[in-house]
Amino acid sequence: MAETRNGFDPPNQGTSSPGAQRDSTLKIAIVDENPMRAAILEDGLREAGFTQVERISETRNLLARIYAIDPEVILIDLENPSRDMLEQMFQVSREVKRPVAMFVDQSDSASIQAAVDAGVSAYIVNGLKKERVTNILDLCISRFYAFSRLQGELDRANDALKERKIIDRAKGVLMKAKKITEDEAYALMRKTAMNENKKIVEIARSLLTAAELFK
Amino acid sequence: MSNAKLRIGYIPLVDAISLVVAVDSGFAAAEGLDAELVREVSWSNVRDKLNIGLFDAAHLLSPMAIASSLGIGHVRVPLIAPFNLGLNGNAITVSTQLFTALSHMADGDIADPIVSARALYRVVAERKVRALEPLTFGMTFPFSNHNYQLRFWMAAGGIDPDEDVRLVVLPPPYMVESLSSGHVDGFCVGGPWNSLAVDSGVGRILHFGCEIMARASEKVLAVRERWAADNPDMLSALIRALARASNHIDDDANRSAVAVVLARRLDVSVDLVSRTLSGNLRIAPDGTTRTSDRYILIGRNGASRPDPVQAAWLYAQMVRWGQAPMSDELCATAKAVFRPDLYDAALGGGSQRGEGEPVDGVGGFTGPDFDPSNVASHLAAWSIRRAGRPRLSVVR
Repeated sequence: MAETRNGFDPPNQGTSSPGAQRDSTLKIAIVDENPMRAAILEDGLREAGFTQVERISETRNLLARIYAIDPEVILIDLENPSRDMLEQMFQVSREVKRPVAMFVDQSDSASIQAAVDAGVSAYIVNGLKKERVTNILDLCISRFYAFSRLQGELDRANDALKERKIIDRAKGVLMKAKKITEDEAYALMRKTAMNENKKIVEIARSLLTAAELFK
Repeated sequence: MSNAKLRIGYIPLVDAISLVVAVDSGFAAAEGLDAELVREVSWSNVRDKLNIGLFDAAHLLSPMAIASSLGIGHVRVPLIAPFNLGLNGNAITVSTQLFTALSHMADGDIADPIVSARALYRVVAERKVRALEPLTFGMTFPFSNHNYQLRFWMAAGGIDPDEDVRLVVLPPPYMVESLSSGHVDGFCVGGPWNSLAVDSGVGRILHFGCEIMARASEKVLAVRERWAADNPDMLSALIRALARASNHIDDDANRSAVAVVLARRLDVSVDLVSRTLSGNLRIAPDGTTRTSDRYILIGRNGASRPDPVQAAWLYAQMVRWGQAPMSDELCATAKAVFRPDLYDAALGGGSQRGEGEPVDGVGGFTGPDFDPSNVASHLAAWSIRRAGRPRLSVVR
């Protein structure tokens, strides 16, 4: 048991194993203003056997929230300006219950690079064994990548939808101005786009701008 | 060396202007550099990305470059500062309510920092008697002039900044909202954020940073010591591009043009940038203005040449407030972060401080002249300081 507790063995799966019990005792706080990514991260951590996971989506009074939760691991999105607030916890003041240090140390430039590339940063309570949080960080990195893929797909879908709408509006303008059918309007824009080596949506956008000016 | 690629991290602030103008107005390209500016949201990100090599160079809080080289607060990565991006440029802003309270307690002209500091002492004492929550002040980072200037000012009035008030790190974009919601009662930050608080009617600029310290290294161009050794030509080219950009900025004839260039990067009005650069700021919602030709120094008065005295002063603040232990070795390491030799080598001779600059190189509004050769005895002159064991451990 003592050996399991020092955390050098590979992580075990399943709730009944000593490994899972060990990890489930870790209190983890996720600081992320993006609710979808925070949910993905929390789900991932829970699936991996971590039961004490708290999400902080509001960054006002961030330090107070963190002191109240008193986590051993804090995960924060690198796009969150509040990261600088966490750095204040390195400064031991009367309000700090225990010092926190960044997970990665001198020898860990590969971990820090992987984390920064993925867009996540982890802070752990001083004295917590690195091995105990390695799998948490690995999990976060893969979840962050999964999220940005998802976000990318969503953005592309939204862009496509927006483009569709712009093209539809431009078609309407053309149909009215030139008294032509929808198909003819579309064919005209497509031909112009091909001639000018542009995308149809760019032609549609210019057309709408011009139509605005002629109003 | 033509078209050498460089990635440079920055935070959208007025004192990033030399970098912005160097890149956006072609000074970097003229030196054969293909430089890309990468906007960041936190100083921690800038530091980490510089440390691990995702950035070649960065706009960095001057004390952060020193802390990184000393290994305090974070992993030790030796950085050097071969170009000073700006001197001064901060201001202390307080809520309109706190300003009224301070005015009632003032025993003289509140524009005098010793008067305002004593007034703050009385406000703090009165709140204690009435068992009210301590006043809270925002600053941008533990290793920042914003932190040190607030502390220097308060302590002059008899306030212990660790015991009598709360100092909290707040990202600049949250400052104005935090002031209006009452989460903080005041803050120290760079431009344009003080002006935005005044313009939105929630704050009043109490002091310009230069009224607290006449000459303070605010941001430096930081690079890894190792990178500088491996890329001497690129570094020289970058120093020259920045020097030319800062001369261009300092020429009044270009004032409006450079304001346009910077405003585009900062997403604020051209007028606000112009006012900040000329040191002519609205300090109160009623339209009162204050002007100082020292408010922010870019290029002027030898501002670009890194001055090891500044580094020693910043190290002294780290010691005074318990962030670093006192040792001659650490002081020497701190001073060696600022590299006037590299600046001079790139430009063939350096500009000096010039007339009218403080004799001790920093010009604190109170207390004895700073003595960089004897930081320990200089610090002994201050009664309010953190004695005993430093709060941060040195990571070697």
